[in-house]
Amino acid sequence: MPVLQRRLMQPLFSLGRYALLLTKGFVWLGQFSAYRKDLVAQCVRIGIESIPIVALAAAFSGAVTTVQTAYQLVSPFIPSAVIGAVVVQSLILELGAVVTGFILAGRVGARIAAELGTMRVTDQIDALEAMGLNSVGYLIVPRILAGVIMFPVLYVSAVSVGVAGGLLAAAATDVVTMAEFVQGARESYLLFGPTFGLIKSVVFGFVITSISCYMGYFTEGGAEGVGRSTTQAAVISCVFILISDFMLAVLLL
Amino acid sequence: MIRMENICKSFGGRVVLDDVSLDMPEGETLAIIGRSGSGKSVLMKHVIGLLRPNSGRVLVDDTDIGQVSYKTLRGIRRQFGVLFQGGALFDSMNAFDNVAFPLRTFRSDPEHKVRARVLQCLDLVNLSGVETEKPSELSGGMAKRVALARAIALEPRYILYDEPTSGLDPHTSTRINKLINGLAEKLAVTSIVVTHDMRSVLSVADRVAFLHKTRMHWVGTIGALHRSTNKILRDFVKANEYSIGVDVRVSSETVRP
Ligand SMILES: Nc1ncnc2c1ncn2[C@@H]1O[C@H](COP(=O)(O)OP(=O)(O)O)[C@@H](O)[C@H]1O
Ligand SMILES: [Mg+2]
Repeated sequence: MPVLQRRLMQPLFSLGRYALLLTKGFVWLGQFSAYRKDLVAQCVRIGIESIPIVALAAAFSGAVTTVQTAYQLVSPFIPSAVIGAVVVQSLILELGAVVTGFILAGRVGARIAAELGTMRVTDQIDALEAMGLNSVGYLIVPRILAGVIMFPVLYVSAVSVGVAGGLLAAAATDVVTMAEFVQGARESYLLFGPTFGLIKSVVFGFVITSISCYMGYFTEGGAEGVGRSTTQAAVISCVFILISDFMLAVLLL
Repeated sequence: MIRMENICKSFGGRVVLDDVSLDMPEGETLAIIGRSGSGKSVLMKHVIGLLRPNSGRVLVDDTDIGQVSYKTLRGIRRQFGVLFQGGALFDSMNAFDNVAFPLRTFRSDPEHKVRARVLQCLDLVNLSGVETEKPSELSGGMAKRVALARAIALEPRYILYDEPTSGLDPHTSTRINKLINGLAEKLAVTSIVVTHDMRSVLSVADRVAFLHKTRMHWVGTIGALHRSTNKILRDFVKANEYSIGVDVRVSSETVRP
C-alpha cells in the first residue's frame, strides 16, 4: 500500500516541486543585472549554436514534405501548386516548431540537465546557496529566458530554411515548378499561421528549458543520477512538446 | 553563536541524526569527528539550512533559521564561509574566477582590488600559479585549497570546514591547520571543522564533538578528550591516530613551534 501510494503521489509531488522551483526563480526576474551576462552566454549556447542542426533538419523536412506531398497527390485534377501550399503551411503551423522542439529537447535539454545535475551532485548548487545566492534564480532564470527568447528565432530560421529546402526539392525533381510552388504558398497563406507558430515556439522553449532545469536541479545519486536526469530531461521534454502542441492546436485554431 | 537543538534527520526512513544538540560559542573552534558516514557532513549542512531537520531547530545568533524568510536566510548565510567536502568549485570557471566569484558578486571593488585579494587568499592556502587552471585540471588537494581560498575571500564570521586536510600531504595539512588557527585568532571567527584527522583536531580545536551511531556521543574540550575514559571515543581516537602513524610525531614538532 505505501508503495502504491507513493507511486500515485509522485506526479503530484513533482508538479508541486516544479511549481515551487519556478516561483523561486521568478522572484529573481527583477535582478536583471545579476544574470545579464549569463543570459547572453546561454542565448549563444542554447540558440546560436543550435542553428546548424536545426537548419539541417528543417531543410530536409521541407524537401521530404515536398516530395511526399507530390507523391500523394496523384490526381490530375489537383493543381500541383497545392504542393507549395501544403509544404509551407505545414512548416509554419507544425513542422518548424516541432522539429526544432525535438532537436532542442535532445541537444539543449540533455545539456542543461547534465550541467545542473553535475552541479547538484558535486555540491556546487549548495555552494551557491551557502554564499547567500538564490541558486534557482542564478542558474535557472537565464536558461529559461534564453529558451523563450531564442526558440522563436530558431523557429523562424527553421521555417525559412525548410521553405528553401522545399523549393530546392521542387527544382531538383520535376514534381512541381518553383513558380507553382511559390504561387501555391502565396494563395494559401494564413495570416494567423506565423503567429501561431511563434506562440508555439515560445511555449516549447519554456517547456524544454524548464523541464530540463527541474530534472537537473533535483538530481540525486551521483554520476548515475546525472545520467538518469539527462535522459529523462530529453524524454519528458519530448512528451510535453507533444502534449502542449496538441493543446495549443485545440485552444488556438 | 550557533546552537543546534534536538536535530533529527532521516533520509527515506533511514535515520542519520537522532536528537543531536550542540552549542558553538563565539570565537571557538569546534571539531566534529566521527566515522565516515556518521552524518558529519549532514550535520554541517544543517547549520546553514542547506538541509532542513525533520524536527529540532538551528539558531544562528538567536535566530531560528527554519523560521525566517528565504531572503533573511540568505543574509545569514553571507556571514558564513563554507568549504565543502569535495571542494564544490564551479567547474565552468578557472581557479582565479572561483575565488573571485564571491568578491565580484557581493562587493563592487575595482578589478585590481579583486585580483590582489584573490592572490592573497591563494597564497594563504599555499597555492600560486594555478590561477588559470580549471577545477578538472587540479588535483584533489589543490582543488580543496582553492575552495578554501574561495570560502575565506569575504572574511566571514563563521567558517565551516568539511574535511579540510583529507587528501593533503602532511606539509600542506600543517599549513592548512595553521591557517585555520590564524583565522580563528586574528579575525575571531567561529569555526567548525569536520574531520577524520586527529592531528588536525589536536592542533586546531578548542572543543570536540563525537558523532557515533546517529547520536552525539561525546562533547568536550581537548583536555577532556585526553582524559576521557569513554571506550568508544578512545577507540576512535586511537584508530585515527594510528592510521597516520609517523605524521603524528613529525607534526608535533612542526605544528607547535
Ligand atoms: N541528500 C541525501 N540523501 C540521502 N541520503 C543522504 C544524503 N546526504 C547524506 N546521506 C546519507 O547520510 C549518511 C551520512 O552522510 P554524511 O553526512 O555525508 O557522512 P560523513 O560523516 O561521512 O560526512 C550517509 O549514509 C549518506 O548516505
Ligand atoms: Mg562527510
